[in-house]
Amino acid sequence: MSRSSPEQLAAGVLAGDARALARLISLVEDEHPSARAALSALYARTGRAHLVGITGAPGTGKSTLVNEMAKVYRRRGLTVGIVAVDPTSPFSGGAILGDRVRMRELAGDPGIFIRSMATRGSLGGLARATSDVVKVLDAAGYDRVLIETVGAGQAEVDIAKTAHTTIVVEAPGFGDDIQAIKAGILEIADVFAVNKADREGADSTVTALEMMLDLNGGEPGRWRPPIIKTVAIRGDGVPDLVDRVEAHYGYLAQTGLLARKEEERVRDELVALVQHELTEALLASLRPGELDEWVRRVARREADPYTAARDLVHRGGR
Amino acid sequence: MPEEKIRILIAKPGLDGHDRGAKVIARALRDAGMEVIYTGLRQTPEMIVEAALQEDVDAIGLSILSGAHMTLFPRVIQLLKEKGLEDVLVFGGGIIPDQDVPELKRLGVRGIFGPGTSTDTIVEFVREEIRRHRAGEPRQ
Repeated sequence: MSRSSPEQLAAGVLAGDARALARLISLVEDEHPSARAALSALYARTGRAHLVGITGAPGTGKSTLVNEMAKVYRRRGLTVGIVAVDPTSPFSGGAILGDRVRMRELAGDPGIFIRSMATRGSLGGLARATSDVVKVLDAAGYDRVLIETVGAGQAEVDIAKTAHTTIVVEAPGFGDDIQAIKAGILEIADVFAVNKADREGADSTVTALEMMLDLNGGEPGRWRPPIIKTVAIRGDGVPDLVDRVEAHYGYLAQTGLLARKEEERVRDELVALVQHELTEALLASLRPGELDEWVRRVARREADPYTAARDLVHRGGR
Repeated sequence: MPEEKIRILIAKPGLDGHDRGAKVIARALRDAGMEVIYTGLRQTPEMIVEAALQEDVDAIGLSILSGAHMTLFPRVIQLLKEKGLEDVLVFGGGIIPDQDVPELKRLGVRGIFGPGTSTDTIVEFVREEIRRHRAGEPRQ
């Protein structure tokens, strides 16, 4: 299997081979050269799944909520891919990926595929390869792909670019109402889940969020993020949460926002890929030692990095 | 190109509820730069092999204190074969009597580590086995 060609892996993914799917995800994560050829072969089959992001502070119950949401989707006859992201240690490069602990009830269901991912140095709440991994699950035919971010604080907002619908999970006692009017993570919510709603303070968390949404104003016809109380450990409120998530997708489709969002995402992706390709091509075209020379000169303050970069770009390969 | 990360599943099959040892090993492997998928307590062999497949791991480490090692290890190894995952390294630890070790090794459990084994020994074992496997060297 490890020696399968990109074409074979892509064909395996489309044929529902879980082993090929798992193997290709690893190649994508490792940024293996063959991953790109496989992604390229699969691309036409992507764009069908509803991508749902789940983010929020550590300990708010994201994994348990994902577990319960997956059960609701399965009862409705839909298949679910799950990508659960946990942080990489900045010191060792290792990681403990523990989200499966809360998803044990999903074991043995062929309509569910769970993959744990480490951030590998990326700081936005996802790994750099997460959106490509999601594409592989999309191409494999999963109807919904749930993307659980690392325990996010305030500014880890990459998920809003990757997912169609972003759920921000809050829990009682995680902050006062000034937290609710800060910029950042709360602004990316399409749906709020106030989890652990059986605990004291749940209603005041809901009130604080409502107040924040009131301050945002809102034009008629524009989506106002609903706030759903859940007790994920018992499944309470989760069907309602799933209904709202589905309704959000319907809203995006009806208003044309879905197509616009997709174009924005593709634009970002294309620019990033062009940057990558140009950088690779340029660096490959330099004289041996040319980059090191500049590095030494800049480090000794004989040159500045802005001039160096411009010079490298304009004279590269000549 | 970034390196190929080593990914390891650490699981706790069977019914005993002590996972301290498993967590210590998971932490040591993390500190050695590996990605450790930790699945928690009371995993069945079916759950372990399904997770190993989806997570595309290089190795599975099982911690067994319940005395059920002579059923759990063979079952995991049999299921791995059925799924075409026989190249996944299997090792284990816990309370495993010396007289059972040769039979487990014959079945394909590559390393058995009893109480008191240093985590360095286990990290070195895992790293070396995976290095050799990736280099295409046969397992002895």
